[in-house]
Amino acid sequence: MNSVAFAVIAIFTLVFAVAAATNPRLMHAALSFAVMFVGIAAFFFLLGAEFVGLVQIFVYVGAVAVLIVFTILLTRRDAEERHGFKWGGVVVAIGVFVGLVWAILKTNSLPTLPYLVKAVTVKEIGTTLMTQDVWPLMCVGVLLTAALIGALVLVMEDEP
Amino acid sequence: MRAEDVDQVFVHLKGWVLSFLVGHVPDWLVQIASSLLNIAMLLGVFLTLFALMSVFERKILGRIQNRYGPNRVGPFGLFQPVADGIKMLIKEDIVPARADKVVHFLAPIGMAAAAILALGVIPYGNNMTAFVIDGGILFFFAVGSTTELAVFMAGWGSNNKFSLLGAMRAIAQMISYELPLIITVLPVVMVVGSLNPDKIVHAQKYYHFGFVPNWFVLTPWGATAFILFFVSGLVESNRTPFDVPEGESEIVAGHMTEYSGFKYATFFMAEYLGMFAVSGLAVTLFLGGWHAPLPWLGFIPSYVWFFAKLSVLLFVFIWVRGTLPRIRVDHMMNFAWKFMLPMAFTCFVSAAVWHYNGRRLSGWLWSFAIIAIVYVTLSLLLDTRRKFAPRTYRFAE
Repeated sequence: MNSVAFAVIAIFTLVFAVAAATNPRLMHAALSFAVMFVGIAAFFFLLGAEFVGLVQIFVYVGAVAVLIVFTILLTRRDAEERHGFKWGGVVVAIGVFVGLVWAILKTNSLPTLPYLVKAVTVKEIGTTLMTQDVWPLMCVGVLLTAALIGALVLVMEDEP
Repeated sequence: MRAEDVDQVFVHLKGWVLSFLVGHVPDWLVQIASSLLNIAMLLGVFLTLFALMSVFERKILGRIQNRYGPNRVGPFGLFQPVADGIKMLIKEDIVPARADKVVHFLAPIGMAAAAILALGVIPYGNNMTAFVIDGGILFFFAVGSTTELAVFMAGWGSNNKFSLLGAMRAIAQMISYELPLIITVLPVVMVVGSLNPDKIVHAQKYYHFGFVPNWFVLTPWGATAFILFFVSGLVESNRTPFDVPEGESEIVAGHMTEYSGFKYATFFMAEYLGMFAVSGLAVTLFLGGWHAPLPWLGFIPSYVWFFAKLSVLLFVFIWVRGTLPRIRVDHMMNFAWKFMLPMAFTCFVSAAVWHYNGRRLSGWLWSFAIIAIVYVTLSLLLDTRRKFAPRTYRFAE
């Protein structure tokens, strides 16, 4: 059951990832990218990481995809035109892939049987974030607030 | 027949249907069948409710506006949704020539799918949650946040300036009001200590003094959070007075301008399903879910109570629609950022004070005082009534 689900989700994710990388129409590529995030969230669900999966949908489909789409809409005049294939992107992609594979192979603590790992509940994540990792959390909070205020200052209109 | 049996009749019915499969087919097939039964039930109930709601809404609006409303099709006009459905089905499906066909086609589907998924995590009765998940509340909002993308697809795919303007307005207001919507949920999550809707309902099952239900709406922070949540819900479901994205006097029909026939009906359905989802979550979080308001009314099945509370909220939706005019875009955004968001944070602080004061009288008074002080301060700060000045206009360069 799990391997069938894995295969289905993997094919789904890969199809949309390839579509996002190769679709000549920028907006279609961005939307395929958003659908691919749903596939990745499904992987997290399959692995029992419910919280991470939900946050994946929340942040990536709900926010990052909207951000990408808006960026295309507001900055590109050629969003509807077709773009050619760029070899530079291939080099970067292969570099990232090799780096990730190297990192995965170097890690020897990865459990190979996911169902042996106890699923972490949202409550445990919350407790950890509020006790052990409270300072990193606060730093991220300050950083994001600063970014938000910075964005507001940038777009603020002058008083007439 | 005992009250518990009546209460669990649908649960037993599903178990009975599944008992034919157990032993004959592999386990995973039973699981899939069980999920499909839940989905079928959910769709059946809520599409029926959608049909009923559409006719009752028109009838109530008619009463508010001193006319009859639909009364020709069937007894009391009850078969009006059937006529509407047939009309929508046989209408011509018009797709603009310059439209992005795929995106234009997928937008209503994405919209409806998000609304239906969000309905899945709400407990409709004792043991009656379609999709039991530990982070149910988070799931609700995660799925809800994908609606923005669907709205954008509708606006972009139509290749029409009214559509795109409408989509922009819709996304702007959805993002703005999503913040108060989520932050007003946080106090409940914090007080209960769980993101699981079933546990949140369970936490509200007790009665004070034997008859006052332990619903969160009956606490100072809960009442405030409920009102804020309801207003944000009005905005999220694009209802009057916040129907700016489809303001027909300004931008035709917003992101739905280029939709006709059944695609338009799907948008319409998604909007109503979203409304049911938000109301259902409000019932779950603040109005005690499926629990009876008085202990000796517990013999009435839980799902009856849930849908009774849901109907009351839906009636308020219609009532507001029949009463209030549309609000201006900039006023609406100001309201979100300058009033709703600070008030939502105040609820959060107030709930913390209430909770850590051991839920005693002092905690009640303190939490009420915090909300009252912030409310009065905000009202004074945001009061613009006393400033009289010549009207100035600013135009886009």
